[in-house]
Amino acid sequence: MVKTIEEINEKIKSGKVLVLNAEEIIDYVKEKGIKKAAKDVDVVTTATFSPMCSSGAFLNFGHSDPPIRMTKVWLNDVPAYAGIAAVDVYIGATEISETEGMDYGGAHVIEDLIAGKPIKLKAIGSGTDCYPRREIETYITKDTINQAYLFNPRNAYQNYTAATNSSNRTIYTYMGKLLPNFGNATYSSAGQLSPLLNDPYYRTIGIGTRIFLAGSQGYVSWHGTQHNPGKERLADGVPCGPAGTLAVIGDLKKMSPEYLRACTFHGYGVTIFMGIGIPIPVIDEEMVEFLKIKDEDIYTEIFDYSVQRRNKPSYGKVNYGQLRSGRIKINNKNVQTGSISSYSKALEIANVLKREIKTGKFYLTASVASIPLDEEIKSLDILSKEEL
Amino acid sequence: MIKRKLVLSFPENIVTKPITYRLVKEFNLEFNILRAEITPDMEGKMLIELKGDKDKIEQSIKYLTDTGVSVQEAAKDIIIDKNLCVDCGVCTSICITQAISLDNKTSKLKFNKEKCILCELCLDCCPVSAIKVNI
Repeated sequence: MVKTIEEINEKIKSGKVLVLNAEEIIDYVKEKGIKKAAKDVDVVTTATFSPMCSSGAFLNFGHSDPPIRMTKVWLNDVPAYAGIAAVDVYIGATEISETEGMDYGGAHVIEDLIAGKPIKLKAIGSGTDCYPRREIETYITKDTINQAYLFNPRNAYQNYTAATNSSNRTIYTYMGKLLPNFGNATYSSAGQLSPLLNDPYYRTIGIGTRIFLAGSQGYVSWHGTQHNPGKERLADGVPCGPAGTLAVIGDLKKMSPEYLRACTFHGYGVTIFMGIGIPIPVIDEEMVEFLKIKDEDIYTEIFDYSVQRRNKPSYGKVNYGQLRSGRIKINNKNVQTGSISSYSKALEIANVLKREIKTGKFYLTASVASIPLDEEIKSLDILSKEEL
Repeated sequence: MIKRKLVLSFPENIVTKPITYRLVKEFNLEFNILRAEITPDMEGKMLIELKGDKDKIEQSIKYLTDTGVSVQEAAKDIIIDKNLCVDCGVCTSICITQAISLDNKTSKLKFNKEKCILCELCLDCCPVSAIKVNI
């Protein structure tokens, strides 16, 4: 039996669609079996709400009079990249304020824009015949500017590592505050709710897939940077560490601060909580096999973040059931765990998306091209031209 | 019988004296040391809960002050701003007494103030600065 996207969209239109979230499908399959689940269920909603550094927004301010070709730009004192056309910039989430440091950054600018707050725009230019102005200082909001869209080069990681600290001092990392002597361990995945863990071979999620992006309807635009589909996988196909990633795009003006939040990891820097929901069409029984995945079946590896090297020592594998229980064992020591990805927010997003599909506000799209399965991850070595 | 939570700071010169012992012996107080540490510059800090006669507690505070211990009311509270909190739960890994935890059913953050010993380890771990001290 094969269900097409068109058939599912017809069901959405007629109000007969059966949508479950990625948690509900687990019990549904347990009770009714794969065959019945594949027949009954049309869509499973997956989601994640997690810090995703590789995020940012393209903005176009419109032209001033006389016009300026902006070569350096600051938004609320946070530098934006202006090396594109005259009044286009890219504001990256992790860029920090030149006056406030780590307390305010690109992520906060994006959140403030979404919230409709005024943003101070400062720019300088070199002054040309066509763009004579050399500097400008003014205020903008999302409504006074032209386009404003998020284009995030790497989001929705398919699994991620867990972190601990074997050293005798507290360390501050992008995985949070890690206490000395294995004082705690942190992890960052929505586990059984996570989009790419429910479609491990990217059978339905591809370029052009319509997604829930921070409250708006956005799209998967490409595979993400550091996409690593070749990561070791267990028998059920689920990778046990950081694997696939997605680049996503969506209209900032339609987003909600409820599903996108600027944040600061003390001692590390600014990043952004991104809320992403992806509907997975139940196209066949094989899809149900993937969708029934639960936390206990998803494994990741614990690494020692006190070792400041690319390759860190591993303390073995652990599953998300154990991680979410709040306590794991490392070297026979009981270690408290905590997530930097919000499960409750992810569940909320999965349910919002479910409701939107059920009420005909969100239709599914077939992908126009697949996410590659054969890409490998490279590392950066320090070489001379001759050694290349 | 009353209870009071105090923060005691012991300067270097008295850090080795058995001061808490005398709280029992001379003032008949029950005490519960919620937290104690000696910082690298040899200053001792103690979060202590005293239980006993109201007057005796007042006398004990005078004794402590006379001995050179600085006494502060532990009136501060850890506050979690639910409007800012995103329920990620990273703080639960830091909280030694498990005063902060995630609800088993809803996965939302729960804070049990009774269990909090004001160690303040959680203060700089919150990515959205939802954890604050109320002084």
